[in-house]
Amino acid sequence: MSDAPASTALKAVAIGASAGAVQALLHVLPALPAAFPLPVLIVVHVPPDRANALVPLFQSKCDVIVKEAEDKERVAPGVVYFAPSDYHLLVEADGTLSLSLDEPVNLSRPSIDVLLESAADAFGEGLIGVVLTGANDDGAVGLKAVTDAGGLAIVEDPAGAFVPTMPEAALRAAPTARAMDLDALRAFLLSLDAA
Amino acid sequence: MRDVIEDIEIQLLLEALFQRYHYDFRHYARASVKRRLVQARQQLGFTTISAMQEALLHDAETLPRLLNYLTVQVSEMFRDPSYFKALREKVLPHLRTYPSLKVWIAGCSNGEELYSLSILFREEGLDQRTLFYATDINPAALRAAEAGVYPLDQVRKFTENHQKSGGKTSLSDYYVADYGRAVFDKSLRAKTVFSDHSLVTDAVFAEMHLISCRNVLIYFDRALQDRAIGLFRDSLARQGFLGLGSKESLRFTKHAASFAPFVPAEKIFQRREAA
Repeated sequence: MSDAPASTALKAVAIGASAGAVQALLHVLPALPAAFPLPVLIVVHVPPDRANALVPLFQSKCDVIVKEAEDKERVAPGVVYFAPSDYHLLVEADGTLSLSLDEPVNLSRPSIDVLLESAADAFGEGLIGVVLTGANDDGAVGLKAVTDAGGLAIVEDPAGAFVPTMPEAALRAAPTARAMDLDALRAFLLSLDAA
Repeated sequence: MRDVIEDIEIQLLLEALFQRYHYDFRHYARASVKRRLVQARQQLGFTTISAMQEALLHDAETLPRLLNYLTVQVSEMFRDPSYFKALREKVLPHLRTYPSLKVWIAGCSNGEELYSLSILFREEGLDQRTLFYATDINPAALRAAEAGVYPLDQVRKFTENHQKSGGKTSLSDYYVADYGRAVFDKSLRAKTVFSDHSLVTDAVFAEMHLISCRNVLIYFDRALQDRAIGLFRDSLARQGFLGLGSKESLRFTKHAASFAPFVPAEKIFQRREAA
């Protein structure tokens, strides 16, 4: 068994972010090339309003395709999927997406834990789980599930995060997670493209 | 390794639930089912899913408790007010041309959608000619729907939704407040048939002019979505209407061609003439 999975074994990136999410994601997503080799699933805590402003915002700034996740859609590389407002986003074992209106988790819907736990189940060691800036502890349980399933866990370096609470909590729950600042995260994701 | 074992246990429990009680969750979207079963296991105090399965098979008390985890409970009256506004302004003018109407709320849960539609049809003067069918698989939910009693603290949200939907009356006309509960007027369900019906295993039971089934299909896998939508198609009168949840679509089903978008933004479809 090799220590780290080859990039061909990678299947998806799942990212959670809360307070300060837009600025953090603006630092990373626009750098991704159209041919980015993995699907990117993102939960951002937003108010339960039907219009989600994130998709149009990032569509205009990114080379990758940016869209709102649809129920029963199959994930594809080079596409960024945002969870719709007021729905949980889950990944099924066959690589399709599910939405749910189950109760909020950590007072949040969508919840980062729900995404990361289901993605860890679906993709196992093929998952890169990322927890960025935020003022709560959603994502901590999920990131632990990512490492338990053999996936790669990353947190935004709390020292430089807009709000360090969420990456700190995730790091406590998943101590083997790598802490990276946003520049390092961007470089890391781009290195996946080069591999 | 634990997760692999738990996946096996979940598969076995769903099989037991079907063979013993004929509740079929085997084709529900598995990621959600897993979350719910793990939550049930923790809150009902079982150490493993297998232990919960044993209780399910041997202790009749376990089934209703488990069903409350597996079936959807959360809703509100006039949820997504723009959906009801579209029904009021675009769909009801068509329905008005029929002398009698049948409306099916499929997966009615605790009845919020039923009372919303009943109030809408009364406001539009169609209630006297309309028969509602409210169906669900969970007997406890059906009893709650038939009771029509909701916590008073939810009613502020219901009222706000009702106003946004273009409500012509005041929601307070339809309930009395009683010890922190809102008890809805029984005349709203006077022409309602409450029935145990499963979109998974049961068949067509009447010809409908409108089917409202919102945020039920997202809990199904694609195969089961196909079955349910086929059932809706076969249940609808020609040019009958189907309303789905705001994030549901017919795109990934094999029956997409049987329906035409009617109010696309509100996920309201109309059955095409049969080929």
